[in-house]
Amino acid sequence: MTQENSTLIIKDAETYFVVPISRPDFGSSGKTGSWRTERPVVNEEKCTKCLYCWLYCPEDTILRREDDMVYVDYDYCKGCGICAAVCPVNAIEMVPEVKRGEN
Amino acid sequence: MIKTLTGNYAVAEAAKLARIKVTSAYPITPQTTIVEKLSEMIEKGELEAKMIRVESEHSALAATLGAAAAGSRAFTATASHGLLYMHEVLWWTASARIPVVMAVAARAIGAPWNIHVEHSDVVDQRDTGWIIGIAQENQEVLDMTIQAFRISEDPRVYLPVIVGLDGFILTHTVAPVNVPDQKDVDNWLPPRRQPYVITPESKIAMGNMTSDDDYYMMRYSIQVGQEAAKKVIEEVDQSYGKAFGRYYGGLVECYRCDDADYVMVLMGSWAGDAKEAVKILREKGINAGIARIRFIRPWPAEILREKLYNKKGVLVFDRSISFGNAGQLFTELSSTLYGMTNIRGVIAGLGGVDVLPEDFANEMIDFVNKVEENGKVYDPIKWLFPAKYRNVKIEEVVS
Repeated sequence: MTQENSTLIIKDAETYFVVPISRPDFGSSGKTGSWRTERPVVNEEKCTKCLYCWLYCPEDTILRREDDMVYVDYDYCKGCGICAAVCPVNAIEMVPEVKRGEN
Repeated sequence: MIKTLTGNYAVAEAAKLARIKVTSAYPITPQTTIVEKLSEMIEKGELEAKMIRVESEHSALAATLGAAAAGSRAFTATASHGLLYMHEVLWWTASARIPVVMAVAARAIGAPWNIHVEHSDVVDQRDTGWIIGIAQENQEVLDMTIQAFRISEDPRVYLPVIVGLDGFILTHTVAPVNVPDQKDVDNWLPPRRQPYVITPESKIAMGNMTSDDDYYMMRYSIQVGQEAAKKVIEEVDQSYGKAFGRYYGGLVECYRCDDADYVMVLMGSWAGDAKEAVKILREKGINAGIARIRFIRPWPAEILREKLYNKKGVLVFDRSISFGNAGQLFTELSSTLYGMTNIRGVIAGLGGVDVLPEDFANEMIDFVNKVEENGKVYDPIKWLFPAKYRNVKIEEVVS
């Protein structure tokens, strides 16, 4: 988060006024997708466009096309797997970013 | 227009006159009829507001804070156990610097269950950053509630305000109340102001983690707001007095205290009984007066020092106690008046126990005698037991 945006300060002779608000910018913590160990992969053939994954994603990284087909913003998806867990038709698979033993 | 109103209905009328947009509350005696009345006003179309129903007081204030942060004039009310359950959110609200007004129907705290008047619930919120007022009678309840919105929304303050009214003594007792016209209140009360507004577009997060240094400076900022509130409360009360003809003295009401030798300090409805006691005492030749605390936060230290430094003695009546020390008004006042005058604290009226004008007068006579005998008095606690236990030895009470 950009520190200069973390507080609103109004300062003059009579008042010292600080409030606990922040105005986080898009991507101000860097590309958090690099934290991911598993990536959600959407199977478009199985997907029924129910949008559960889009509703439940805590990071707002399930994106929605005009035809309601979903896709993943891999720059910021942290790979929590909630989308895969809530999908009623198992159309989202969590795929390891690095195969076991590869490193 | 003069109406006959309970204290609770006076609060509801005031909230309506302030044109609140949102209210959220959870029922608790003796507050319940405030929000019942507001609900009725909304249902009848007399008040254009949204009532958010919630499952607890913690949620009631959280919803009120959320609505207020989103730009609405918001109001809630509670009492006793409800207020204690809300306690965490009181800190959040004050620290968010979002103007909110809350009525508290002052009531005792269990165990054992007791629904009658005591100030422990209100006084327990002293350190949260809220501005805290306590009214003496129903007219003042209405006037203080309208004033509370203007105080809370003043940019020099931007802190939430509690309006305290004594449970049952005021909340459920009917008295004539002069209710101002809507257009006069509209002219007097400025449109809603607040430091920031959270909307879906504004991309503001409130209260997320910050550095320790910034946290510290925010605490300092709340104290600056509280200090500024001393001036603002006085200004608002004077301005209200000009507009509506009722001025209460700002932070402290001085009742015959200027020429008094001995002054009683207390707050809430029983100040009315104490005023009767002043008449009795003056007839007996004791020059007594009253400094009635209207706001315990901000604490009116400067005014109290100015009014009381040269008195022969100050007698403090607390309707609450900080167990292990003394009554809270006593501890605050004895630190404010450190070494200046004789002082005694009396604990009385807990759990709604009646305290009569004669009781106040007798306590004062006892205090005056001690001061005149000893010359120097510092008594943190004197217990004024309920009448039925007064002449019983304490050992007998225990057995």
